[in-house]
Order: sequence, then structure tokens, then C-alpha cells
Amino acid sequence: MPRTAGAPAFDLQGALKDAGIVALIVVLLTGALVGFRTHAAGGDAALSYRFDDVLAAALLAFLGRLAILLLRARRTKPVLVGSAALGLALVVVLLQGSQTRLLPFASAPFNWTIALAAWILAARAAWLHWHAASELSNDARDALMDRLGARLQRSARFVAPLLLVAAITLPFLPWSDRRLLDIATLVVTYILLGWGLNIVVGLAGLLDLGYVAFYAVGAYSYALLALYFDLGFWLCLPLAGILAAFAGILLGFPVLRLRGDYLAIVTLGFGEIVRIILLNWYEFTRGPDGLSGIPRPTFFGLPMTRTPPEGGHSFHSFFGLDYSPIDRIIFLYYLALALALITNFVTLRIRKLPVGRAWEALREDEIACRSLGVHPRNTKLTAFAIGAMFGGFGGSFFATRQGFISPESFTFLESAIILAIVVLGGMGSQIGVVLAAILLIGLPEIFRELNEYRMLAFGMAMVAIMVWRPRGLLAHREPTVRLSDHAPPA
Amino acid sequence: MRPLLSVEHLTMRFGGLVAVDDVSFDAPARKITAIIGPNGAGKTTLFNCLTGFYAPSAGRMMLRHPARGEFLLERMEAYAIPAKAGVARTFQNIRLFPGMSLLENLLVAQHNVLMRASGYTVGALLGIGRYVHAEREAVARARYWLERVGLAARADQNAGNLPYGDQRRLEIVRAMCADPALLCLDEPAAGLNPRESAELNELLAFIRDEHKVTLLLIEHDMSVVMGISDRIVVLDYGRKISEGTPEEVRNDAAVIRAYLGEDDEEAPGRP
Repeated sequence: MPRTAGAPAFDLQGALKDAGIVALIVVLLTGALVGFRTHAAGGDAALSYRFDDVLAAALLAFLGRLAILLLRARRTKPVLVGSAALGLALVVVLLQGSQTRLLPFASAPFNWTIALAAWILAARAAWLHWHAASELSNDARDALMDRLGARLQRSARFVAPLLLVAAITLPFLPWSDRRLLDIATLVVTYILLGWGLNIVVGLAGLLDLGYVAFYAVGAYSYALLALYFDLGFWLCLPLAGILAAFAGILLGFPVLRLRGDYLAIVTLGFGEIVRIILLNWYEFTRGPDGLSGIPRPTFFGLPMTRTPPEGGHSFHSFFGLDYSPIDRIIFLYYLALALALITNFVTLRIRKLPVGRAWEALREDEIACRSLGVHPRNTKLTAFAIGAMFGGFGGSFFATRQGFISPESFTFLESAIILAIVVLGGMGSQIGVVLAAILLIGLPEIFRELNEYRMLAFGMAMVAIMVWRPRGLLAHREPTVRLSDHAPPA
Repeated sequence: MRPLLSVEHLTMRFGGLVAVDDVSFDAPARKITAIIGPNGAGKTTLFNCLTGFYAPSAGRMMLRHPARGEFLLERMEAYAIPAKAGVARTFQNIRLFPGMSLLENLLVAQHNVLMRASGYTVGALLGIGRYVHAEREAVARARYWLERVGLAARADQNAGNLPYGDQRRLEIVRAMCADPALLCLDEPAAGLNPRESAELNELLAFIRDEHKVTLLLIEHDMSVVMGISDRIVVLDYGRKISEGTPEEVRNDAAVIRAYLGEDDEEAPGRP
């Protein structure tokens, strides 16, 4: 083993003891949760035991802890060899696909996770082995990540058009099928909502935990207007936006004097109030039964249906195409994309206008804003109203896409996911929202087969981000105006 | 010439505590009036009343704007005082927008002018109106002030990354970008070294002489106070104990007592 000059002393006994304690904690934690299992046998519940899993977990925790301690003391070789061997063995056995008792756990995803962890450890050990002096302090790592974020942000100028082209051509790519398009539409919807909430949370710094209320207002506005007054989607879309913005002003007026946690609590309450009203006002909203038969959007008046309406055309008959059900999916995808792009365009534009700068200034220091003549309440209200308006657009799109809405769709969990997208992406970063929406919505949808494990991975990813990038993936901010862009007066 | 600001019988009570007690003074136009006094004398409370952060318990504050007429500050909301009456201020503990660039800090100070030019956002969003022109003027004004305090080279950096002295200067020029008639500075020299204090004196004199702005100044640094003040108001325990030119105040027995404490043997026998 290369004993480099700076290698700290390694206390084998202490390390074994430490790893033993970790293993013991794992046994205590998993003993009852994993060790016993009830299952239905005949009419009764029977108890079965899985202590081999508990043992495997404890052993792996012991080895993992030992490896981390060894790495901390720069004893890289045993870790490198051990974890590489373990990872390799696991992958080989897993790829063979045989259900041998060689594997630590009964379920494949767990084994894959362990293999992945072993590979990560091996990679870390190899890195430390060959770059002995590259241990970064926390600050240096932060600075490095910030520079990386800044570079990514700057490259957004090139990445954004590429993403846009990719988004536009997506329906025509050879491998895109209905499922992929559905997922893409869902992701784009969340991008739209993320961008809308980004105005309130990222720019104006108002923590809104009830954003889904505006989403609900938009969805129900469209559904009710369509069902009661027989109005079409394209007329209802702006109306839904206006109604949602109005709801935003209505909420904002009394509560925007609150700050931080207090505002968050009140908005949380508002989100629940809206949902509960929708649930209980049965005569108007049909409560928990939901509203069905919401009309689909038309393509400039042409419905996307198989049979054209009496004496008219539908989309495919007008253009002389064969009817294909995927046309409607593609149309909905483009509709979501267009709405999201409008949101993005307006946000980017407003950021460079005085009101956008005032939002950001309010986020930075409200008292200083007042001392400069910025009206805090009106400025916050505009942020709330515009953010709510885009939430309303998203809501009416949701209603027209699903054709059925019920209060079920507008729970607090939705607000939390949208907020997670904004926070994870980096507050105020437009491209960060895209990235986070793909990560948080797209990946879990694609890996739906892994059902409950995807939520585990979701949680782990959130923890990892909070540890390494507490300000979000792309938290770097570019100034809205540069002195160098304005030539000095001649 | 009538004073720009007349404070009459201003009183501010917090429960039983009288932080400002029946204070009256005038701030002559285009002059620097310093407000001094020991810690806790009510200087910052007086500022907070003037700039609308506190609603005074009693009293009147009349501001005579050279172009826009007369304003009774105690009747106005905090945001309206800078926007309408033209009173700008800085803070004892600097309040910049640390995550925004220097230039953006100075543009936020011109919010109301730009807001009007942008047609309250709607116009500029639709590309009508003269917003581009207004923004160019705002940037030019910001450039002028940044160059005046030697920060133009760092205009696109975040304000939070500036060294302390530069942050103080930036806060002052940010207030100047709001186009004030009265500029209230709360301890602008706190934490500055002697060279920076001297530069500050120069900047304040420049603002008074070249931009015809009236200054109101809370300061502990006597080299700043005595160097540039035209008038001095001395507060102690919320009451005004002295007022006059620097020379008069320096020799006022009441001021010396407030700052140095009473001499047990001499004081009772004094006439």
C-alpha cells in the first residue's frame, strides 16, 4: 500500500467498532421491518421470516462503512479491490439471471442498487488512488460547482435552442410512440407549471405552497365554462388564465403583507380551501364525482375526431389524411409546448423589465425596496397574478387533455412536486426547471415498472441535491442588463 | 430661503418609551444637516419617521420639494415618500440587493420612472412606447454615478461581493439614482478607514454642491461631521439639546455634558 506522506493514521480497531455499530443499527432498523413478513395464507395472515435479508443488509452496511472509513484514511487499495470484486460478481450473477442464493437480496432492483453502490465506491477509491492530492474542501467544491453551474447557464444559450429543436421534432422521431409522447406532454405540462411558479418563488421570493389552487381554478374554469355555457377551448383558455390571475389577486391582497413561513402556511391553506370547495359544492362542481365530457380542443375549429361533425370537416378529412389516433396526441403535445414556450418568453421578457427587476429586488431586500419607492404590495401582486395566470393555462390544458377532472387531481402533493421542480432546478433558473422536470417527472414515468423503488430513488435524489447543491442544480444568475452592452455616451 | 424640511414637535412613543421627544428642527435647502448624539438618542428612529417606516405619535414633517410642491411626510406611506416627495435614504446596516449586479441595484432605484416608461409592463411587453429610450437614459445615469464612485468596472458583478467601503458608496449612489430632493444617510462613515472617510466627505459635498440635494446625516465620525456639516442638531434621550453651526455645537456645554458625562463637582456650581 502506498503510504503517502499526508495519509492520516488508520485505527483498525476503531474502524471495526464503528462499522459494527452501523451494522447493529441496520439490524435494529430492518429487524422488525424486513425480518418479519405477514402474508395471506388461506383466510388467515401467516408470518414468515426473512432474517437472511436482515443479515445481508447488516453485512453490506458493515462492509460499506468500513470502506468509507478506509477511504477517509486514504487506504484505497483494499477498497478498490474489494468493491470492484463485489460489483463485478453481482453484475455477473445478475446478468446470468439465475435465482441463486449467491445474491444478497431476493429482489433484483435491490441487488442492482448494491452493485451500483459497489461500483461508485470502487470509482471513488480509484479516483483517490490516482489523484492522491485532489481532496477538495467543501468551499472549493462549492466554488467548483458554482463555476460549473455558471458555465452550464451560459451554455444555455446554445443548449436551449437544441432542446427546443429536440422538443419540436420529438413526435416525428422514429422511436417515439404514444407512451413517450404522453410522458413528454406530462413533462411539458410540469415545465409550464414550474415556469409559472418560478415567477412567484424564484423571482419574487414568495414561498407559495398552494400553487395547485390556481391550476385547479384554471381547470375548473375551463370545464365549467365549457359545460355550462358551451364555450370552446380557445375562448376559455384566456378566460381561465384571467380567472386564475384574479384568484391570485384575491388571495394575494390580504396575505402578501406576510413573509416567509407565514406566507407559506397561508398559501398552503388556500390550496386546501380551493380543493375542499370543489369537493363540497356538489350542485356546481359535482364534487368528488368530478366533471366528465370536457370538450377536446379543436385545431382552428377542426375537431380531432374520427367522424367529422354533421356538414363539417374534422382534422383528418380536411387535410385529406387517414385518421390516426396519434394525431390528437401529437396535437396536445404541441399545444402544451406552445403554452410552455409562451410562459417562458413572457418570463424572460419581464425579467428584463422594471417590474421583473423589482420582483428580484423584493426577494433580496423588501425594506430597501420600500426606501426606493417600489410599492411592495402591488409588485408582489403582479408576481402572484402572472404566476397564477400561467397556472390557470396549465390547468385548462390539463382539463382538455384528460377530458375528466376531479378534486383528486389537485392535492397538496401536486403543489409540492411543482415546488420541488423549481427548487431543484435552481430558483429563478428557466433551464433548471426544464432539467428538474425531466428528472422528477420524466424519469419516474419512464421507470414506472420499478414502481415503488422509483419513489425511493426520488427521495434519494432529493437528499443528494440538498447535500451537494442546496441552492438547486443551476442556481447561477446572470444579470438582466449589462453595462458593457450599453456603449458609453460619445 | 425657506428650509427644505421642517420637523415640528415630532414625537415617537413605543409603549412607555419615548424614543423621540418633541423634536423640532429645520434642514436648510442644499445644505448638510448632521444629527448627532450618543447611542440610543433616537437618531435612527427620527429617520424611520421621516422615511415612513414608523408612523410618528405626534408632530409634523413638512417637505418643500423644489419642483413638486409641499408634502406632509407623516401622512404618506413608506413607498410613496421616495416616489412622490423625493426622500431617499441609506441604512445603518447596509441594505443592498446582494444577489443583483451593481447596475441592477441602480436601476431598481429608478423603478418608478422606468415603470411609467414601460407602460406599466404592458406597453414594453407588446413592444410599444419608449421604454428602450428610457432604459438607455437610466443606464446612463447609473453609469454616471458608478463612474463617480469608481465602481464602473465592476458594474456587472453582484453587489454582495463588493468590499464593505464600496457597498457603502454604492448604497449612497443608489439612493441618488432615485432622484431625491432630500437624502438621509444613516451613519455613512461607519466602518470606513480615514482615507475612505475623506472620500466620503468629498462625495457628500459633491452631491450637495453639484446636484443641489439637501442632506440629512446621522454620524458618529466627528471628522465627517465637523468637516462637511453646515448645521448640526444634537439629540440626547430623544430630546434636542442643541442646534447650530459646527463651531457653536462644539462649544455647547450641554453637548459636552451629553458626550462626556457630568462632572460631579463642577456641574451644580455652574451658573
